[in-house]
Amino acid sequence: MNLIIAFMLMTTLIPMALMLISFTLPMMTPDYEKLSPYECGFDPLGSARLPFSIRFFLLAILFLLFDLVIALLLPLPWSSQLPLANHTFFLASTILILLTLGLIYEWQQGGLEWAE
Amino acid sequence: MLPTIMNYIINPLALIIPILLARRTTNSPKRKIIGYMQLRKGPNIVGPYGLLQPIADGLNLFVKEPILPSTSSQILFILSPMLALTLALTLWAPLPLPSPAADLNLNILFILALSSLTVYSLLGSGWASNSKYALIGALRAVAQTISYEVTLGLLLLCIIILSGGFNLETFNVTQENMWLILPSWPLAAMSYVSTLAETNRSPFDLTEGESELVSGFNVEYAGGPFALFFLAEYANILLMNTLSVILFLGSSNTLFSPELMTTNLMTKTALLSILFLWVRASYPRFRYDQLMHLTWKSFFPLTLAMVIWHLALPIALTGLPPQL
Repeated sequence: MNLIIAFMLMTTLIPMALMLISFTLPMMTPDYEKLSPYECGFDPLGSARLPFSIRFFLLAILFLLFDLVIALLLPLPWSSQLPLANHTFFLASTILILLTLGLIYEWQQGGLEWAE
Repeated sequence: MLPTIMNYIINPLALIIPILLARRTTNSPKRKIIGYMQLRKGPNIVGPYGLLQPIADGLNLFVKEPILPSTSSQILFILSPMLALTLALTLWAPLPLPSPAADLNLNILFILALSSLTVYSLLGSGWASNSKYALIGALRAVAQTISYEVTLGLLLLCIIILSGGFNLETFNVTQENMWLILPSWPLAAMSYVSTLAETNRSPFDLTEGESELVSGFNVEYAGGPFALFFLAEYANILLMNTLSVILFLGSSNTLFSPELMTTNLMTKTALLSILFLWVRASYPRFRYDQLMHLTWKSFFPLTLAMVIWHLALPIALTGLPPQL
């Protein structure tokens, strides 16, 4: 078994053990009020599974695309050592310029506006 | 048999247990420091100078009744804090202090990849709680975290190009002459702010925006599971600080006294953590759109330029790092 797998096994077992302790050690007296969802003391108005703002979805899509571009740029530490560094630089700049153009378009179209 | 037990069981435990204890021991000076910054004394009742306060807090949390809300998705509710703590502890494995518990060749890549998984625990806890506050808090937390991860990834890529590989141990060699913070201080500054945002720490702590959302994504958590989130947060903060020190303020590995390097590293980590606290006591919270503006419109264009800069200059001035 790999060392990192053994480490992950240990780090999985310890939180499991902590959860077990936390659910068995205290005295559990559940009642209706304790188990209801919190909304400042009132009964919850409407369902909690709200439709959420589209801006979050847009942000997630932006993150996805830019992260894919970063994944394309990840071999740079090795590729900058190639004998023809011009090629590396040219290709990396092409990727970055395309990414920048995408960012400019997004910015200009208002996709980043109050992009909360 | 004994080497196996040592390697696979005792070594990980020797790393994990001090991390879990670190919250207990550092929390007390932290609260006193923040207290004095706010012109008040921190906790001073529980032990001598209030030093036993965090232990009392931890005991308090584990003895309190954990709540499983009746309307929540139970399995996800229980799994999210476990995932958070698992990731926070696993991320410590590849850190060279100076020799890592798990020696991976692609250290930083592993750390970047796993730290991106923490958004799952945020999202899971917010969704599973079935409460509006929790859901909104979780969405904001996730949006903030993923935004700052983009810039953090690119920034780290810049110094990785300078240093020659994804292995964190090469950073010790890279910084034998001078700290990397000197040639790349804009990167260091941006990455410090990004780590503040990644760990949802003031002034970016909208997700736990206490005055707005009560407690954000962990509003429905009580007792033990809350303690797990808390532990995960502190472990993350210490991890990010240690990573910043290794990357920018590195110490060289003196072969005959590795303990000297560990002490050096951890002292700098402690100083960076105090800087975290100082920032927390000094600045008001960011508004959400200001936070997003900062990352997408301020940091990100500069980071893209930095990548081209850090790629072009070593090639042009024949300063490429040696390839391992």
